Amino acid sequence: MRETALPEHILIKLEKPARYIGHEVNMVRKNKDEVDIRFAMCFPDVYEIGMSHLGIQIIYEQLNRRIDTYCERVYSPWTDLDTIMRDESIPLFALESQEPVKVFDFLGITLQYEMSYTNVLQIIDLSQIHIWSKERTEDEPFVIGGGPCAYNPEPLADFFDLFYIGEAETVMDKLMDVYKEHKQNKGSRHDFLRKAAEVEGIYVPSLYMVRYNQEGLIESFNPTVPEAPEVVVRQVVSDMGQQLPYPEKPLVPYIQAAQDRVVLEVMRGCIRGCRFCQAGFVYRPTRNRSIDELKRLLKSMLDSTGHDEVSLSSLSSSDYTYLQEIVNHIIDEYKGKYVNISLPSLRIDEFSLEVMSKVQDVRKSSLTFAPEAGSQRLRDVINKGLTEESILSGAGKAFQGGWKKVKLYFMLGLPTETEEDLIDIAVLSDKVAQTFYKIPKEDRQGNGRIEITSSSSFFVPKPFTPFQWVKQDTMEEFLEKAKIVRSAMNQVQNRKSIKYQWHNAGTTILEGVLARGDRRLSKVLYAVYRMGSMFDAWTEHFKLENWQRAFSESGIDMDFYTTRERSQDEILPWDFIDIGVSKDYLYREYENAIKGKVTPNCRQSCSGCGAAVFQGGVCYESQN
Amino acid sequence: MKARIKFSKTGIVKYMGHLDVLRYFQKAFRRSGIDICYSMGYSPHPIISFAAPLGVGLESTGEYMDIELNSAESSQVMMEKLNHVMVEGFHIEKFVHLENATKKDNGMAITAAADYHVEFSTEGADWTLFFEQLMNQEQIVLTKRSKTRVKEVDIKPMIYQWKLLSGGVELKLATGSTQNLKPDLVMDGLEDILRMSIQYTVSRSEIYAVGKEALHFVPLWQMGEDF
Repeated sequence: MRETALPEHILIKLEKPARYIGHEVNMVRKNKDEVDIRFAMCFPDVYEIGMSHLGIQIIYEQLNRRIDTYCERVYSPWTDLDTIMRDESIPLFALESQEPVKVFDFLGITLQYEMSYTNVLQIIDLSQIHIWSKERTEDEPFVIGGGPCAYNPEPLADFFDLFYIGEAETVMDKLMDVYKEHKQNKGSRHDFLRKAAEVEGIYVPSLYMVRYNQEGLIESFNPTVPEAPEVVVRQVVSDMGQQLPYPEKPLVPYIQAAQDRVVLEVMRGCIRGCRFCQAGFVYRPTRNRSIDELKRLLKSMLDSTGHDEVSLSSLSSSDYTYLQEIVNHIIDEYKGKYVNISLPSLRIDEFSLEVMSKVQDVRKSSLTFAPEAGSQRLRDVINKGLTEESILSGAGKAFQGGWKKVKLYFMLGLPTETEEDLIDIAVLSDKVAQTFYKIPKEDRQGNGRIEITSSSSFFVPKPFTPFQWVKQDTMEEFLEKAKIVRSAMNQVQNRKSIKYQWHNAGTTILEGVLARGDRRLSKVLYAVYRMGSMFDAWTEHFKLENWQRAFSESGIDMDFYTTRERSQDEILPWDFIDIGVSKDYLYREYENAIKGKVTPNCRQSCSGCGAAVFQGGVCYESQN
Repeated sequence: MKARIKFSKTGIVKYMGHLDVLRYFQKAFRRSGIDICYSMGYSPHPIISFAAPLGVGLESTGEYMDIELNSAESSQVMMEKLNHVMVEGFHIEKFVHLENATKKDNGMAITAAADYHVEFSTEGADWTLFFEQLMNQEQIVLTKRSKTRVKEVDIKPMIYQWKLLSGGVELKLATGSTQNLKPDLVMDGLEDILRMSIQYTVSRSEIYAVGKEALHFVPLWQMGEDF
């Protein structure tokens, strides 16, 4: 039998032992003695979540294409195994070789959401690597971070040796080459970090000095060695139409993953520019993958996995230039082979309704709209180009087609929001219901009722958005607003058809702190981790009181990061990163927001955000 | 046509649960290109039915599933196609045609017994004598716990055969929907005699249907033929 890092008597008592055994279908096998670089790529959450993430699979493919590198995977041990590993001092291991992460050259950790930060510390700690980067010795792996939260890496700066800012396809190989040369020359840890800092897009936090003034604001943020650049430039693939590394033979987990299907990324970036949305700015410009390449990838992925479903992935699939073509291709080519298609992030219109009615049981599936705000005024503030008219006409068509479930997503706490805007959430939900009840009773299907679920999350201002300067609401304000919406919901005509729910406000506050935090937060993260907090993204494991205690013991005020409005000239912790979109543009957009002035999307007209510097995508499409 | 597949599940894949094994084979059939029949509805899936679920942590060299095919090549080719897409630990042993089989002939319905091998993992100790003592009791009354209730049962009539080996035992136990005895419960009996808990590993090696006479059992693959 193949060796497992964990002995049988431990595996057998775990909730899902198959999380930890590796050797899934399409796993990459290499002889560890025949490679120069061993890279452990980690998603700091449980296996089923981490295995569903496309980005890691792309990096897995990209690094394993190199003969000199073996990239393996690591996920967070669930709480049952976590306890055992601590009690018995078992080091965290990678799934492929089942060997301890601490013998690897790199531990890469993807940073997808703020509430995974305690799990980042869990991963480093269970690996038996020093948690603080400055304490790491020559033999320990380099800990490198990347992903969306790396656009403000500062709260984690003291735990990471390096951060990769941007898309892995560009300079990951170069970084590995630099490392290989360094290893052959037997250089010191510090030598490598200085060399790595010279690679465009690499940020080495220990090579920068931050000074604060008396009010606690950043006074200066400067490199301390000549190799470290003052500004770190985001890495962007300028042409997504070319052949790029992609998991052509994706891993197929033994246990059901959250995403149990083929994922086809059709496009990167978004043309819309919703002002609250970080992804809408940090992934600019919008770039299409080529339709022929997608067809080729799809065939390879379906053949090699045996999946019976494909999901089209992008920030806004309706804006993909060849959407109809790829959807029709999937239906024509694969429907007879029992392949289903899943279409998240799709605008509800005639085309999407027609497609959905072909592939789903409309009586059971629900229709999703994300108006984000209840009133047109506030939707203009956030630049959400979805009108009441288009929602109601889309819903009307869907109801004619037999749909009977609708989900509506809103945000509370948006800048300039008034009580009227909140009440309008209930009014809009009610109008959707009215649209349904306008259909004559005899033409309605089933029991003739509509089920509307309206959900609201609380707004978190994010770095690199036009709202990066604004005040976030307090917990009390959030809950007060949710109450206003709830009571408005209780008064509308079709209240019995509408269910209203809202997210956890405690998590929102912490997301807000960490999203716009600085280096001083590392001691809070360390303290809360030492109190036993992890899996904070899981409601049942999130303990607000731990965080509150950690902040007060560290002498750090949460409000400084959340409810404080920043001035235009304040040095923000993430200002050293150049995402292409300029700070001036973001501020102009902020001013437009306050005025309720809508900015057209990138295909309507260029608004000069700065992303054209990457020389690709929508910025260079012929604009008719 | 209806077909029956005998396969083994050994090594680390023993940590996969029953439903995960089902999902694994659904995908494996799709990878293999075998022309298996699908269910109807909005999410059609290959129709596979297992004879007897195997617990997590147990290895087996005698697992069974029944499937239905739209078209087929020879047994040999079908086995090769499926083995070609297996991961280490799963191996197809037999692929036979069930002629004139109806619903009541499916593996799950006819399963009556199974062979288990129990290996004691406590080094230096030999429990076989005590096991003999257990088997020689007129009745073996034990407490059986299910999710909802606790009851006393005499398991002796459900032990069809037993044999002592060095460091372990072989058992033929009632298996299936009418009567089902898990090897763990037999070991509970041994632990009662020893007044201590012991370490052991269990594996399954064959599943049977009832034969022509009493206590005569036929391995499930024998009900079909190579093609």
